[in-house]
Amino acid sequence: MGAQLRIYRRRIRSVKATKKITRAMELISASRIVKAQQRVAASTPYANELTRAVSAIATFSNTDHPLTSTSENPKRAAVLIITADRGMAGAYSSAAIKEGDGLINGLKQRGLEVSTYLVGRKAVNYYKFRNRKITGSWTGFSDNPTFADAKKVSDELITAFLKDAQVDLTGVDELHIVYTEFKSMITQIPFSKRMLPLEVVESEGPAPTGLLPMYEFEPNAGEVLNALLPRYIESRVYNAMLQSAASEHAARRRAMKSATDNADELIKSLTRLANAARQAEITQEISEIVGGADALSSASAGSE
Amino acid sequence: MAQLRVELVSPEKRVWSGDASMVSARTLEGDIGILPNHAPLFGVLVDGQVRIKAVDGNETSFNVHGGFISVSNNRVSILGESTD
Repeated sequence: MGAQLRIYRRRIRSVKATKKITRAMELISASRIVKAQQRVAASTPYANELTRAVSAIATFSNTDHPLTSTSENPKRAAVLIITADRGMAGAYSSAAIKEGDGLINGLKQRGLEVSTYLVGRKAVNYYKFRNRKITGSWTGFSDNPTFADAKKVSDELITAFLKDAQVDLTGVDELHIVYTEFKSMITQIPFSKRMLPLEVVESEGPAPTGLLPMYEFEPNAGEVLNALLPRYIESRVYNAMLQSAASEHAARRRAMKSATDNADELIKSLTRLANAARQAEITQEISEIVGGADALSSASAGSE
Repeated sequence: MAQLRVELVSPEKRVWSGDASMVSARTLEGDIGILPNHAPLFGVLVDGQVRIKAVDGNETSFNVHGGFISVSNNRVSILGESTD
């Protein structure tokens, strides 16, 4: 077997092995999207009930809560960027990071300092490589976040928000979140949103219809709001994480699908080249034999 | 007789939903029992048991660690921060 042919065969083998891997990853991601979607769906009843409750209370309690009041002279803003822990998901993480960069630039133009909170190893590496300051980071759960993870993250953010940013260097006046919204299996859009100070009006799902009931509060409206608003933030952060996880799987599935398709194409063209090389080898061997025979016969003809 | 439409949800899933004749839970101010046609109420729950008496007479109870209960128009929603 000729050297050329051997090299082609070897490359075909290696592309085939890669294809097997990408194909497996595609299938795994495909099954995980469904699971992630189910988790998003499973968390909606809680989120809906919570939104309903918050809007019911906010509409007729005049309690001034630190989480809803806007600072007159904002100094610092926190940005939470949710990305993936692992790569192989196409532009998923970089799209979220880019969206975050845009948001941060916007905030800086407004004269705010920005402290960044990162979820996912990809964002952490990106920031570390560029020597940017990371205020807080969490990794290890991007593809399968639990409520406990979301709670950990939002607890730290709420603590930072409740500090007075004018005097405390770790305090923030605003909280923004960047995540990837899962629109459908083929569309995922990086999205940035202001979480704090709260705008309660934004509600997902059907808005509560009719008059909201006149609640009796136990123990009182202020206390209830105190307990309720942090939960509301947690649930929004959790929802953002779940959506991002679903988007991550969808992005990975798509990236792996195109990798598999490319491998197929590569195998096809390499097979063509290998066939041509084999044919060329055969042709050369034949012409060598014919040439040799010819030389022999003409040599013996000359001696006669 | 009127019934209560009950939803017990945790952040990760819907734990229990159905019609019930009575719900009891422990709020910051103490245990409360909710019967049909209860006045609208919003309460903060502390760690404790939530007991739901379904219309068929079966009683189920859940341990809830913090959360909320809201009652309006015979609709009870219990948001447990973690339930088991």
